[in-house]
Amino acid sequence: MKAETHALQPAPGDHAEHHAHGSRESYLIGFGLSVILTAIPFWLVMAGVLDKQLTGLAITLLAAVQIVVHMVYFLHMNTRSEGGWTMMALIFTIIMVVIGLTGSLWVMHHLNVNMMPGHDMSSMP
Amino acid sequence: MFDTSSLAKAIFGRLTLESLPLHEPIVVGTFIVVALGGIALLSAITYFRLWFYLWREWFTTVDHKRIGIMYMVLGIVMLLRGFADAMMMRLQQAIAFGGSEGYLNAHHYDQVFTAHGVIMIFFVAMPLVTGLMNYVVPLQIGARDVSFPFLNNFSFWMTVGGAVLVMLSLFVGEFARTGWLAYPPLSNIGYSPDVGVDYYIWGLQVAGVGTTLSGINLICTIVKLRAPGMTMMRMPVFTWTSLCTNVLIVASFPVLTAVLALLALDRYVGTNFFTNDFGGSPMMYVNLIWIWGHPEVYILVLPAFGIFSEVTSTFSGKRLFGYTSMVYATVVITILSYLVWLHHFFTMGSGASVNSFFGITTMIISIPTGAKMFNWLFTMYRGRIRYELPMMWTVAFMLTFVIGGMTGVLLAVPPADFVLHNSLFLVAHFHNVIIGGVVFGAFAGIAYWFPKAFGFRLDPFWGKLSFWFWVVGFYFAFMPLYVLGLMGVTRRLRVFDDPSLQIWFVIAGIGAFLIFLGIIAFLVQIAVSILKREALKDVTGDPWNARTLEWATSSPPPAYNFAFTPVVHDNDAWWDMKRRGYQRPLAGFKPIHMPSNTGTGVILAALSTAMAFGLIWYIWWLAAVSFIALLAVAIGHTFNYHRDYHIPADEVVRVEDARTHLVAAGAKS
Amino acid sequence: MTLAVVPPQNSEPVFYLVDEHEHPEGASTMLGFWIYLMSDCLIFAMLFATFGVLGGNYAAGPAPKDLFDLPLVAVNTSMLLLSSITYGFAMLAMEKSRVGAMQAWLVVTGLFGLAFISIELFEFAHMIHEGATPQRSAFLSSFFTLVGTHGLHVTFGLVWLVTLMVQIARFGLIEANRRRLMCLSMFWHFLDVVWIGVFTFVYLMGMLR
Repeated sequence: MKAETHALQPAPGDHAEHHAHGSRESYLIGFGLSVILTAIPFWLVMAGVLDKQLTGLAITLLAAVQIVVHMVYFLHMNTRSEGGWTMMALIFTIIMVVIGLTGSLWVMHHLNVNMMPGHDMSSMP
Repeated sequence: MFDTSSLAKAIFGRLTLESLPLHEPIVVGTFIVVALGGIALLSAITYFRLWFYLWREWFTTVDHKRIGIMYMVLGIVMLLRGFADAMMMRLQQAIAFGGSEGYLNAHHYDQVFTAHGVIMIFFVAMPLVTGLMNYVVPLQIGARDVSFPFLNNFSFWMTVGGAVLVMLSLFVGEFARTGWLAYPPLSNIGYSPDVGVDYYIWGLQVAGVGTTLSGINLICTIVKLRAPGMTMMRMPVFTWTSLCTNVLIVASFPVLTAVLALLALDRYVGTNFFTNDFGGSPMMYVNLIWIWGHPEVYILVLPAFGIFSEVTSTFSGKRLFGYTSMVYATVVITILSYLVWLHHFFTMGSGASVNSFFGITTMIISIPTGAKMFNWLFTMYRGRIRYELPMMWTVAFMLTFVIGGMTGVLLAVPPADFVLHNSLFLVAHFHNVIIGGVVFGAFAGIAYWFPKAFGFRLDPFWGKLSFWFWVVGFYFAFMPLYVLGLMGVTRRLRVFDDPSLQIWFVIAGIGAFLIFLGIIAFLVQIAVSILKREALKDVTGDPWNARTLEWATSSPPPAYNFAFTPVVHDNDAWWDMKRRGYQRPLAGFKPIHMPSNTGTGVILAALSTAMAFGLIWYIWWLAAVSFIALLAVAIGHTFNYHRDYHIPADEVVRVEDARTHLVAAGAKS
Repeated sequence: MTLAVVPPQNSEPVFYLVDEHEHPEGASTMLGFWIYLMSDCLIFAMLFATFGVLGGNYAAGPAPKDLFDLPLVAVNTSMLLLSSITYGFAMLAMEKSRVGAMQAWLVVTGLFGLAFISIELFEFAHMIHEGATPQRSAFLSSFFTLVGTHGLHVTFGLVWLVTLMVQIARFGLIEANRRRLMCLSMFWHFLDVVWIGVFTFVYLMGMLR
């Protein structure tokens, strides 16, 4: 009877939770990748290899990759822990962060363009 | 070299005898009344030797039901304060015509409208909503308590701490004169050098910590502690809306914390985030605070939607129409509420592209809300509707909220908003949705779940009286404001020149007075119900013939909620149990594992409040000492590893037998 | 919804569990702490947004190029990264219940964290000494607040670390302490993730402006 009722239940009954800790190898891989992904952007900026726009793009991309590396190798994010709820929370948060960040930048940029002194209103339609 | 004044400054900061508003007769009068009432209450508690009982059974409790009830009490007490402010404003605006200055000076009036907004949102609506969620959600999902019972107690006392600070500002110093969101540059140190804005900042920061933690707590509770068989798509709708609300809380209150911290840095350290000089941008504050502010209104209204869903289906005797669409509508509203914040400041000047994006997203959000409205209507369609008090509030909500929603869509059109921005039309709109949605929802919830919490119903006569005063009063109070807004009257005005406007303000004042009668009738209703509790008694635990799990246990529920954890087979779990001949188990009880009470939450919240008080008045030693004590107590608390106990099986047997006895006696009579 | 809503009518339906439905203490803690971290993440997001909007407003004061010392930032970044991996080793030692090794790794982690904080304070002191105070411009206000908030978090993490080490020394690696170590682990790695954003968007991008 008990087995049947528990079969009915997906997430909350999953009491025997196993927390992934990773292994020595996975930590070292993560560390190695992070060192590389940190060193490249510093080198790009300090040596000035590329032009500014390209550098900006490259370091943004490298930061995104490094964040993923940290998430996987250090924070052990996966779709299974806590019945997928940690991943769900993370995705939701990323959406919120993106909305808040890009939204603020977009709104305030347009405000500056439209309202800052020195802006020539006569060119407005 | 210390002279007396610098010594006093070191001890009391900027708190002096002049900080007491002795020159304001209204405040002094209020203080006398509050002081007398307070002394009467405290001496009554002392006389009846209730202090020990209150401390042991209530203040230190970790029981979600008791914490929920304390939230409701806080919300109702603060409602009285917030409503007193509303009456003062209505009176002032009704008489300040034809050269009359009214009876409130500008300094006082500006504090009144600020305090009204802050109190009504943070210390009335939030506690009422949080209280209902706290009380009902664990019962609805068949849990023993929330995930983190100690945190729950701490969250509540932090909310109280914030409320205490705001109330204190009435008698010690003053409150902000900036409007409820404290826009800079007005709220910056240059234009508001006194303590008002500091009270505002720290009151909200202290309460905000509590709100965020309680949000995390309830999310975990709903995710982790559901009864076996209750899949996500079998959760009661109120639990669903609570989940979405708490997700919104956790995702938006950090934004408020951050933006208020930045404002505090501007005021205390002299940074230049929101100043007019050195590259600061006051408009960034407006942008950030509305990223919190818009989700906040959905935080308030989503639980109300959940209450109306439960009430509609119970009192129509039918399964909720379109459960799945209801759930998806709630989730869609949750996400969309983050994409509309700019509609609060279309007039800021971000240009056509930005304004049209946010205007369109705002209009889109009305679609899921409309879907909900149809779901409730179809639930009622061909149902056996019983017009008990909760159902009456629900129908009033449906009519009122639709009007508020439509004016909202009007305001979502940027060109229209350029005309109506900051007008009384806007004031009427948001009162229409907050009173028509949240307040009516809270009253429906109170009337609906009161018998569950206390074991007897609320008196229907006084309830209906309160209902009609509220609803009629609401229309009298706010429909004139729509008219005035369309005529171009802006909000927060203290005196008027045009005598033709006066009649509308008088009508609004009459409406506010009717609402006042409604509140009185509500308080009388509670008193009368307590007196007549034997006649209004419910022993079945299910007075409304309801559908969800909270009605499966006794009223009031035992500390452990359910002697045996229920197993869920259907959306309407309790309805399904009744239909298939569920028998209440009478034997085989086992010891039940429960969290123990602790006073740490009260102490931590008191220390936080003391620290905030020190920061407000520049009493640096107090702030520092409180902060160190806060850290010490918090760390000390983590050394306590024994936070639970077992209710012995004998005790469970005794409680359950008592209920069996009651039910049998009730069936006989 | 592939599950049958109602079991077949002929079988007796089960409406309650006869045995106590045990939710072990702390079963929600990891999820709860993760959600807390997400809320903290949003605080940082807002500080980043503020820096993004106001970070170019130098008010005729010093600009990133005049202030930032990239080699120092690189050293600082390596301190935090090293502390992350040593915390990882502490967790691996905890898995094997080797208390001594674990405490040693925690000490190393704490020292790296301390080094990070010290370098940051040195940097701040240097900037303030040169007149680049938080009050000087909106750029500096948002710089000090964003980086300082991260620093405060690390400081809080250090206090927590010391507390935990004392608790483990006194009570051993009991279940509650393991759980706390895992929470602090998430906290610590999370701060490292935030720092990726800080060095990329504040320091490196600042030098590009």
